[in-house]
Amino acid sequence: MTSATSAATDVYLERPWLDAAAEPFIRIQGVSKRFGDFTAVENVDLDIYRGELFSLLGGSGCGKTTLLRMLAGFETPTVGRITIDNADMTEAPPYQRPVNMMFQSYALFPHMNVADNVAYGLKRDRVPKNEIARRVAEILSMVELQEFGKRKPHQLSGGQRQRVALARALVKQPKVLLLDEPLAALDKRLREQTQFELMNLQERLGVTFIVVTHDQEEAMTLSTRIAVMDAGRIIQVGEPGEVYERPKTRKIANFIGSINTFDGRIVTVDGDAGELALSCPAFSSPLKVPREADLKAGQKATLAIRPEKIMMSKDAPEDRALARLQGEVVELAYMGNLSIYRVQVDGDGGDNNDGDGGDIIQVTAPNLQRVDRRNIEWDDRVWLSWRPDNSFILRD
Amino acid sequence: MPPRPDTAGLFPRAGAAQAWHNWRRHFSDFAQTHWRELTIAVPYLWLLVFFLVPFFIVLKISLAESLIASPPFSPLIEWAEGEALRIRIIFDNFAWLLEDELYVQTYLNSLKISTVSTVLCLLIGYPIAYAIVRAPPGARHILLLLIILPFWTSFLLRVYAWIGILADRGTINNFLMWTGVIDQPVRLLYSEFAVYLGIVYSYLPFMILPLYANMEKLDATLREAASDLGAHPATTFFTVTLPLTVPGIVAGALLVFIPATGEFVIPDLLGGGNVLMIGKVLYGEFNANHDWPVAAAVAIALLVVLVAPMMLYQHFQSREMEPGKWR
Ligand SMILES: Nc1ncnc2c1ncn2[C@@H]1O[C@H](COP(=O)(O)OP(=O)(O)OP(=O)(O)O)[C@@H](O)[C@H]1O
Ligand SMILES: [Mg+2]
Repeated sequence: MTSATSAATDVYLERPWLDAAAEPFIRIQGVSKRFGDFTAVENVDLDIYRGELFSLLGGSGCGKTTLLRMLAGFETPTVGRITIDNADMTEAPPYQRPVNMMFQSYALFPHMNVADNVAYGLKRDRVPKNEIARRVAEILSMVELQEFGKRKPHQLSGGQRQRVALARALVKQPKVLLLDEPLAALDKRLREQTQFELMNLQERLGVTFIVVTHDQEEAMTLSTRIAVMDAGRIIQVGEPGEVYERPKTRKIANFIGSINTFDGRIVTVDGDAGELALSCPAFSSPLKVPREADLKAGQKATLAIRPEKIMMSKDAPEDRALARLQGEVVELAYMGNLSIYRVQVDGDGGDNNDGDGGDIIQVTAPNLQRVDRRNIEWDDRVWLSWRPDNSFILRD
Repeated sequence: MPPRPDTAGLFPRAGAAQAWHNWRRHFSDFAQTHWRELTIAVPYLWLLVFFLVPFFIVLKISLAESLIASPPFSPLIEWAEGEALRIRIIFDNFAWLLEDELYVQTYLNSLKISTVSTVLCLLIGYPIAYAIVRAPPGARHILLLLIILPFWTSFLLRVYAWIGILADRGTINNFLMWTGVIDQPVRLLYSEFAVYLGIVYSYLPFMILPLYANMEKLDATLREAASDLGAHPATTFFTVTLPLTVPGIVAGALLVFIPATGEFVIPDLLGGGNVLMIGKVLYGEFNANHDWPVAAAVAIALLVVLVAPMMLYQHFQSREMEPGKWR
């Protein structure tokens, strides 16, 4: 807090999207794509900055690939405009764009060996022969395939093919690299390793990456920012922490991680403290949570808390400021590094009044003790508590 | 070695029923362990009876001497006056083929006509196959049907139809004279042009269908990848599409080239006496000259000429059929 100004400029250098004056590198303005009368992408506005690793996240069929294909030039938007580095690219054919794509299926040329595949784009640019050889060798050693130049694609493993595809897209040093589910075909261990390789590469080369994925963990790990898509629309854009901690809607909250929710009604809104008080049937007294700008007193609202933000203890917590509930452990899943508990809270409050007991709350807790010394077991009576400002208000 | 005990005597029940049972068991064991061989044997047997045996008969005739008798050639194996078995092999017929300018000329002409026709079929067939593959699925089936449709009428009838079209008083000449472009009929029929037209017309589907089968398997994202890497559509065609359709081109070219070389009906009906092709010579030796041995030698020589492209075709076919390459 001492050097506020320099910290602020640093923040803008690393996170240009926070700076209103920063110039976006890629601008997608009012873009829609219709196939017949089906709308695959609807009215998308998106600014992406130079050097970002930007993820498009969403369920199957939500239009991620279509949006990426419009950036690559394989589809033209039905309406809207796309500019890259201040040049209008809306109608430009793929071979005239400063953009390269790594295909989900890799699309390696089966009749060419690895080196020729990688050299293909350079040959099209009429790069001198010796420079082609040098750059191909360089990029192949970067992806650790220097020994494999003479192999044909069908003689490679899946992971090796994927690295050839990456090398082929990167060797032209494009301004933007588009990756459609780059890691989908890899097993979990290789996927994690490759994620870090991708991030390293991106940092070293300074190329702007746009990555399509439907794996929320992958998006969390990789990205500077995430755009969540649903039914052709972008429903939230933000940094991974922001999208995870402050999802705008129940849908986003459920799509990224798990969530516990409580129905309630807003009692008071305190503009100065940036808080509002919410009364829920599940709690004895109203809870103070961070304020959402457009909510007013008297309105219905949903309180949400992530499972890992909940503390669990056998004794009642001391701190009176914590939101608290009491209940019984009804399910317990041991995951190795952590455990997932399902706790049925007392009373018949919450979402329904059907007389079968209270809500089931999911809690995850790190396994601080070995499993045989675990101090909370099935059927134990426990207290659940959390700091109210860790919870947030959800809209539907 | 000690004498073996007589087991049959020890177990008198092992009678006929037992033998039958044993035989059945043996047979089913054999069938189980040799099932693969048995199934493979069937096509080989077919080839042996209907291909190899006739081939050896023709080969035998080609090594005989022409006689005015029935059959009109000397036997390969005969009993000499005494008691010795005599085998007579005569290479005169083959020597004759090489000596006579006419035969060599005819072979070369056949190869020229089939080569040019194959190239023409490729030049016409490739864009057609490409257009069919790129057509919307509904139109694709109709277009394919149109390619196959001519096979539903007799080949001979279709060639005769061309006579009606190309003749001096045929459709084309009548039309041209009616419009006043010409006042004398142009010679179209009984020319090399008519033969080319007939061959290209008849064999075009054999070019288009393997090309279509090959192109249909091509992954469209490969073209997109090329375009993405900066290739102009024409460059994409020559660096990606064309090399990947070579198997289709080879298959189509050989399916046209091999039968076109030995083609008899088209040069006979559309070429008249003006176009020399080996199929016609063969027919003449056989029917007009009744010289079976020379005719057989012509056939064997044609086979030898075509063995190379046939083996090439085999080679590409087996590569196509490799696991993983086939969808
Ligand atoms: N060429 C096309 N013609 C008609 N509909 C299309 C076409 N391409 C895509 N669509 C439709 O547009 C929608 C979005 O497709 P898209 O491929 O962008 O989904 P996605 O988000 O990439 O999904 P996934 O995660 O399954 O890859 C889908 O419903 C799809 O059926
Ligand atoms: Mg997709």
